[in-house]
Amino acid sequence: MTDEKPEETQKKRDIIKIMNTIDRRIIFLLIALAIILPLVFHLVFTVRASPIVEAIFDKVESLPPGSKVILSFDYGPSTVPENQPMAEAVARHVLHKDLKLYMMAVWATGPPQIDLVKSRVVDVDFPKKVYGKDWINLGYKAGNQGLINAILLDLKGMYTTDIHGTPIDDFEMMRDVANLTDMSLIVCIGSGYPGMREWVQFAGDPGRIPVCGGVTAVEAPLLYPYYPRQLLGLMGGLQGAAEYEATLVTKYPQFIATSEQAVKLMGPQTVAHLVIISFVIIGNIAFFAEKGRQRKGKKA
Amino acid sequence: MAHVFELWIGSLLTLMIFSFLYKDNPFYKFAEHLFVGVSAAYWMVIGIWSTLMPNLVARIWPNALQGIVNMPADAKPQYHYLIPAVFGILMLTRLIEKISWLSRWAMAFVIGFAAGTNFTRYLQSDFVGQIYNAMIPFIAKGDGGISIGASISGIVLLIGVISALCYFFFSKEHSGAFGAVSRVGIWFLMVTFGAAFGYTVMARISLLTGRMQYLGEWLSSIF
Repeated sequence: MTDEKPEETQKKRDIIKIMNTIDRRIIFLLIALAIILPLVFHLVFTVRASPIVEAIFDKVESLPPGSKVILSFDYGPSTVPENQPMAEAVARHVLHKDLKLYMMAVWATGPPQIDLVKSRVVDVDFPKKVYGKDWINLGYKAGNQGLINAILLDLKGMYTTDIHGTPIDDFEMMRDVANLTDMSLIVCIGSGYPGMREWVQFAGDPGRIPVCGGVTAVEAPLLYPYYPRQLLGLMGGLQGAAEYEATLVTKYPQFIATSEQAVKLMGPQTVAHLVIISFVIIGNIAFFAEKGRQRKGKKA
Repeated sequence: MAHVFELWIGSLLTLMIFSFLYKDNPFYKFAEHLFVGVSAAYWMVIGIWSTLMPNLVARIWPNALQGIVNMPADAKPQYHYLIPAVFGILMLTRLIEKISWLSRWAMAFVIGFAAGTNFTRYLQSDFVGQIYNAMIPFIAKGDGGISIGASISGIVLLIGVISALCYFFFSKEHSGAFGAVSRVGIWFLMVTFGAAFGYTVMARISLLTGRMQYLGEWLSSIF
């Protein structure tokens, strides 16, 4: 027996029914609003770096000027919102520290992303940096992990020219490079195969070269087991990119205007997550309420 | 002008794809088919001009591709590249039933090479490396004493690894103490899947935000 009046029970049942049968289009609409409104109103949250991201920043900070850093663009346009801020932040940091930046790609869709870094980072923040002396674009080579395996032993055998077809030995920064073991750090910005895992397996581990970088959020959980012994650090998705940007901007405030892409995108990200969490809670309440009602019904 | 044109095309196609969220419709189908067609064509062109031409044709016949494909001006023919060329052609014999057995030679080479190259690296990095990574002290020392945070982390890792391994040990019935440990393993797995799901949501929202920014750029170019 229950003390509730029939209309009250009916009202509760209606709410549960509504909660259980929310039209998916309403959810889509709310998610869209959760993205659009923070973008329109420039909602920005404070981001702090986690140790796994800080490790990458600290490594770049600790390298002496002139050290060689490979930045591999192993992604394409489909993951630009996540990967591009990572690549730009790392490139900006490397060039600011006067390290030699070697940009390459094991993905065919990587070179256009290298061009974006050139136009947004090199041309804007470092116009005095010289191509071939401070940074170079080695372009894309086919071969996946086979390529990484080959350049671990002989980089110039695979890269006889840069992306523009100029012989590789014409560049000052390539003269004392024989293979990957000459590099002080490998940074892979990736979104799948071949990517970070292949860099660890075919370059980092056998060559004992520090490997770090950033991957899409989908891939990040697969790479955590490599941290910290095989993987120096990892930027996981947009959050990882925002953490690197925030650390860079805190230390070098002159980059605030150009280096806060991911930090700005964390506003919509946070609101959208809150909406999704709300729906998860609503769904669970409706599920358990319905279950409780069915149990009561059976007892009665 | 070109950028505005690109914005219009990109934005209209984005809206066509989004229209599927309401319900299936011809606009969505058009955008979907266009995407599949363009992707296939793009990868075919990439395959020819980034793989086949520089890695095969330019090596065997450099004079023919001088100025078209990136290579040194004094590149000389490397005729041993005819061997992979023959293997490549053998792969195509799959299309002719009578001589399709010849493709097995090429397949055997590809599989043998891939297995040989990957096996040692996977064994070293994923198998031995991961076991080594799991071997961390569960009572960690810090500056002047025991580091509480690192110790808790080490203990959680130890419990997680052992209990999850117990869950995947199917040669023994999951009952009694063993069953209890494997149930702890299930909880660890659930937390892992939850974290992975959270990351997946983050990835999708990031991509959606990127598209919304693009649409915003398009709208601001109009108004």
